[in-house]
Amino acid sequence: MSFIFEFLIAFFLIVSGIFGFVGSYGMIKLRDPMSRLHAPTKATTLGVGGVLLASIFHSILIEQHLSLHELLITLFLFLTAPITALFIAKWHIHRHELPSDLPDAGKDELWATHAVEQVEDVPDHSKT
Amino acid sequence: MRLLHRIFPHPHLTILLTLVWMLLANAPSLNSLVFGLILGIIIPFITQPYWPDRPKLRNWPMIVEYILVVLWDIVIANITVARIILFKRDADRQPNWVCVPLELRTPEAITVLAGTITMTPGTVSSDLSAHGHNLLVHCVDAPDPDAVRDQIKHRYERRLKEIFE
Repeated sequence: MSFIFEFLIAFFLIVSGIFGFVGSYGMIKLRDPMSRLHAPTKATTLGVGGVLLASIFHSILIEQHLSLHELLITLFLFLTAPITALFIAKWHIHRHELPSDLPDAGKDELWATHAVEQVEDVPDHSKT
Repeated sequence: MRLLHRIFPHPHLTILLTLVWMLLANAPSLNSLVFGLILGIIIPFITQPYWPDRPKLRNWPMIVEYILVVLWDIVIANITVARIILFKRDADRQPNWVCVPLELRTPEAITVLAGTITMTPGTVSSDLSAHGHNLLVHCVDAPDPDAVRDQIKHRYERRLKEIFE
């Protein structure tokens, strides 16, 4: 029985290792900054999730006591990861995108990042 | 009833704080339950002025359904993005901006939607339009932007509308 438990824990650890690696590799492979953002926001969720699941199973099955504070890490990760991604995305829009590069914002006319920026804040895009 | 409302101005927050405290303590004992409850009563009481018109959550089965759908999509998203990273040539990939018109009006609901979009298949929510009527989403590989928009609206926004509004 103990063999099956160890197999299960090892499986989750390997899955998390693979996804963590792929997430980091994506940062190098993808070319544009916005696409790079996809690699760490997603491939790492399962990377971290796998380690946490393995940890929960290890404490329940091997050490015979219930340990659930790993769930909190997941909760905090879900709260913080989208916010970090949003900040980086907004930075990218601010520095590298013109209003004309983005799709039409409908009746609001501008996206929030462009709407608040002053003319002198906007860097010169012509060289890049 | 009124007294009960005075003591628990935000019952959901009380339950959540107690649970989080018990998880942090990581040992289900009476001690952590009592201290969690104390925090769960004091914190909502002190922070009351900061949430003057919080939305009423209704439709609890829908909340459970939403969480399950999102968790499932996160697993799928990880695999999809991993496949794009590993097997797709960078030249074949079609990164794209998508504009999602929002029907949701409550800020909390829009926050949850934006967070969900960031965590799910190949999409990152990037910006809100100046008055909050549209959401700008970046897709890592979207040959058909309209399909992405329809999927977001059907899969997540419809459910959130039932939960928050």
